[in-house]
Amino acid sequence: MNIVVLVKQVPDTATERKLNADDKTLDRAASDGVINELDEYAIEEALLLKEKHGGEVTILTMGPEKATESIRKALSMGADKAVFVNDDALHGSDALQTAYALAQALGTIEYDVVVLGSESTDARTGVVGAALAEYLGLPQLTFARKVDIDGSTIRIQRQTDYGYDVVEAQLPAVVSVVEKINEPRYPSFKLIMQAKKKPVDKKSAADAGIDTGRVGLANAATETVDFAAAPPRAAGTVVKDEGDGGAKIADFLVEKKFV
Amino acid sequence: MAEVLVLVDHVDGQVKKVTTELLTAARRIGEPAAVWIGDGAESGKGALAEYGAEKVYVAPAELGDYVVAPKAELLAKLAQDKGAAAILVSATAENKEIAGRTAVKLGSGVLTDVVDVNAEVVAEHSVFGGATITHARVRTGVPVVAVRPNSVPAEAASGAAAEEAVSVEVSEAAKTAKVVERVAEEQGERPELTEAAIVVSGGRGVGSDDFSVVENLADSLGAAVGASRAAVDSGWYPNQFQVGQTGKTVSPNLYVALGISGAIQHRAGMQTAKNIVAVNKDPEAPIFELADFGVVGDLHTVAPQLTEEIKKRK
Repeated sequence: MNIVVLVKQVPDTATERKLNADDKTLDRAASDGVINELDEYAIEEALLLKEKHGGEVTILTMGPEKATESIRKALSMGADKAVFVNDDALHGSDALQTAYALAQALGTIEYDVVVLGSESTDARTGVVGAALAEYLGLPQLTFARKVDIDGSTIRIQRQTDYGYDVVEAQLPAVVSVVEKINEPRYPSFKLIMQAKKKPVDKKSAADAGIDTGRVGLANAATETVDFAAAPPRAAGTVVKDEGDGGAKIADFLVEKKFV
Repeated sequence: MAEVLVLVDHVDGQVKKVTTELLTAARRIGEPAAVWIGDGAESGKGALAEYGAEKVYVAPAELGDYVVAPKAELLAKLAQDKGAAAILVSATAENKEIAGRTAVKLGSGVLTDVVDVNAEVVAEHSVFGGATITHARVRTGVPVVAVRPNSVPAEAASGAAAEEAVSVEVSEAAKTAKVVERVAEEQGERPELTEAAIVVSGGRGVGSDDFSVVENLADSLGAAVGASRAAVDSGWYPNQFQVGQTGKTVSPNLYVALGISGAIQHRAGMQTAKNIVAVNKDPEAPIFELADFGVVGDLHTVAPQLTEEIKKRK
């Protein structure tokens, strides 16, 4: 079973995140880069599938040079190798262009399952998994909280507002995972050392079969018109509970007509 | 005036509130045409007419037998057949996926989690945990826009709601992920989290898996219950109720945070709430920077007192 995990490097939520004033894209240099949190669950799920069914786990990352750090981290969790699509032509690609580019890059890799996090913590669009399935013409098994593979049949529990749907498909398939699915492992010292020697196949957009006329800021179907810091919330009232804290909140709620 | 397709969210023939918000937004752009997938359109049509739907396209429930793809095929076909000016959906997890696939089919662009949209289909986003406001537009093809519930206030306006049956021949590729079972999990009578006008959430301060102090307050206000990641990770409350960066994003009129410190990851999921009330023992908790009204104290005494006061004053 060959598994590809899509890993995105995102700015650390704990640092200040900002946009570039000139082209209104994310300023990736301004913050520390970390693996998108939900992608760690995707890596873990891929490793669990490999432990059960054998095969190889390949990390696929698209991003600037700096994303190499996140690829090493993913390899140190136990993935076998990586493909790194790195090209200035990809800068400023929106969610659908990203899905297109990843679909093209997947065309250069052999796989039975593609696993990714259900959304990234930076743009948070939550559409890449679905759009990827659309581009690849493969089954969309997204928002999985449980994955079972039996032969060529894959079954997931898809998280919904009312509970979950059991969804079934034939491999190959695209699977996105939610946080509930597992508990990602920490890299061991041994794995960290081994990761340094694991192969990372760096590809340009052309190497990955990506038409550069379809990606990047200039070719995006969406455009950020402007941005600004959000106006600060008006300072509220904070009181110490003197035995009437609940009643005071009730006063506030009555004033605001919630009661 | 060009049609603006609005994908209807409905349960048991009842139109969800977010759909009335989408119809209101659609009227700024063009003529709202509701798209109803599944049964129950007869009973829901009245509500659509009240919010200005000129048309109601009704498609068969079977489109929901497979994950997302058939619904996207329907919306893409309707957009082309009707020459739609835009497509609006609510920004739920599934609808965002439908929006993404529809935009791929149309060769257009998708804007998700928008908190406002104007007549030119320029959409406002609140990003980076609410720290930054951006405006974005789709410059190629029919814009597909996913709007966060509780963002656009619904305003009534009468529409003809002329019903028309529509369908699409679902491709084989769209039938590859089959829904074989739907499992409902216990959530009681409370409103759905992302749709609720009021949300009461509990965090680390709740201290155990006994969430009744949170639930009782929620029920006195007719609110949904949420939980912080700390509470979910501790196994005190189910994952699907998690509010924050890796959970749900809510934008209610009132958000009550009980025993939640207000880390950036949590704020990313609730910062666009119109009113925020916080109870926390720690006067330095960052949640108080956001709170319109905060009480420094023990939620286990403050929240029950509040619940009693609300019952008394109703």
